[in-house]
Amino acid sequence: MNYIYELLNILIPFSFISYAFMKNALLAIIISAPIFALLGTMIVNKKMAFFSDAMGHSALCGIAVGVLFGFANHSLSMIIFAILFSVLLNFVKDRTSYGADTIISVFTSIALALGLTLLSFGGSFNKYNSYLVGDILSITSHEITYLFICLILVILLWIFAYNKINAESINSSLSKSKGINGKLYDYIFSAFISVVIMLSIRWIGVLLINSLVILPAAAARNISTNTRQYHIWTVLFSMVMGISGLITSYYIHVPTGPMIVLLLGGTFFITFIIHSFAQS
Amino acid sequence: MKMENVDREPCGMHCIKISDINVRFGKNVILENVDIHIHSGSLTALIGPNGAGKSTLLKSILGEVNHTGKVSFRNLKENKEEKMTIGYVPQSLNIERDIPVTVYDLFASYISNYPVWFKKSKKLYQKIREQLKIFSIEDCIDKQVGKLSGGELQRVLLSIAIIPMPNLLILDEPVSGIDHNGVRDFYKIVDQLKHKNDIAILLVSHDLNLVKKYADKVILLDHKVICEGTSETVYNNPRFHEIFD
Repeated sequence: MNYIYELLNILIPFSFISYAFMKNALLAIIISAPIFALLGTMIVNKKMAFFSDAMGHSALCGIAVGVLFGFANHSLSMIIFAILFSVLLNFVKDRTSYGADTIISVFTSIALALGLTLLSFGGSFNKYNSYLVGDILSITSHEITYLFICLILVILLWIFAYNKINAESINSSLSKSKGINGKLYDYIFSAFISVVIMLSIRWIGVLLINSLVILPAAAARNISTNTRQYHIWTVLFSMVMGISGLITSYYIHVPTGPMIVLLLGGTFFITFIIHSFAQS
Repeated sequence: MKMENVDREPCGMHCIKISDINVRFGKNVILENVDIHIHSGSLTALIGPNGAGKSTLLKSILGEVNHTGKVSFRNLKENKEEKMTIGYVPQSLNIERDIPVTVYDLFASYISNYPVWFKKSKKLYQKIREQLKIFSIEDCIDKQVGKLSGGELQRVLLSIAIIPMPNLLILDEPVSGIDHNGVRDFYKIVDQLKHKNDIAILLVSHDLNLVKKYADKVILLDHKVICEGTSETVYNNPRFHEIFD
């Protein structure tokens, strides 16, 4: 890790980088921006925005479960919770016919309520307030390592399974006829989303996490006509706005998460206008 | 269409036996004791009212819907069971007009593991172009899937379904989005496929005139097989008139 810090000192000629917390924040953004971007492209195509939002809210329950069972390592308990939660949700969803949005609401409501109840036992929810809005400047090198592992796994998933996830999302009967086990890939993809979101919740916060997943892909969709363009623009928007947001927030003293989201929101409307002109 | 049109009798060396298919959703019986035989080199049309279970039957054959009963593929000459490959042309796709997915992206997702978000593979691109050429739609390869006409999309889906050439081709015809000429052209293509490749075709259809012209066998389904046979036999059945008149 020290080598990387040294490298950042040499590469970036601005005063903000001299702080260790800024180095960590910058690293976290450089690593997580492509993760959010890649997952976001498919979440938007599969119309799963509500699912990823729900995962963010359920993260509170993941933390609570960890606290309850006395896990010293919150990240690990959250990962286990995330996987179990998304698999159970998908399992119930596949066995009912009243629509994904209802099932997601049912699960999230329970998880959120359970999380709030458990965490405020004895009236002490205040110390978990940071989970709502997050604090990127508090990210530790330990958490950055987890994020880095996530990035590697998401890239592997994208190399080996993207076509299959895409095939399943466009028509599941057609993918079945081609021998693709679409359900399995759906489960894996959902598990990835929940793990990434739970790991990021502490420094981005429940309220903003979904914006980082959805906005880059939504902005890119406005100006893309094929899968390659879509990916390039999404990753680019996510990286550029993430880093700009961090630096801007440092200089004008505003919270980083909301700053990044505002920049991404602006990007969405600019690409939307470009799209509208291109249409006419 | 760049296929020679050789008119020959169906060889019928293979038979697909769909026996005793039952499907229930809770207490609702969707399909009851459905028995169907389909021979290679023949086109079987499935007709019936809305909600008769036509799409459910197709999904049962694909193995997507839980069902009792059996689907088997027999080589009649050697009298043994073989493994069957199925091609499927869905009624519609779950996409929007602006989705950033081109015909290349769509095609490659179903037939290849080379990730479509990565730089295009020249070899794969060429292979897909060749396949689209069969139905003279190679120029669509870089078009967005959501911007294809109904007829173009149907041909793209058909060319995905026949790579590699399946033993059974299942077609779920769209209810709307294609004009009458488009539908007629599609039947012509399917008819040529049948003759040239000796495959069995099962088609859910809404156009009774074209069925009469092209189908070798017609099955009237309403949760169970009401009647089957040549179009004349079925079209003269009293239940046919009850349903379609």
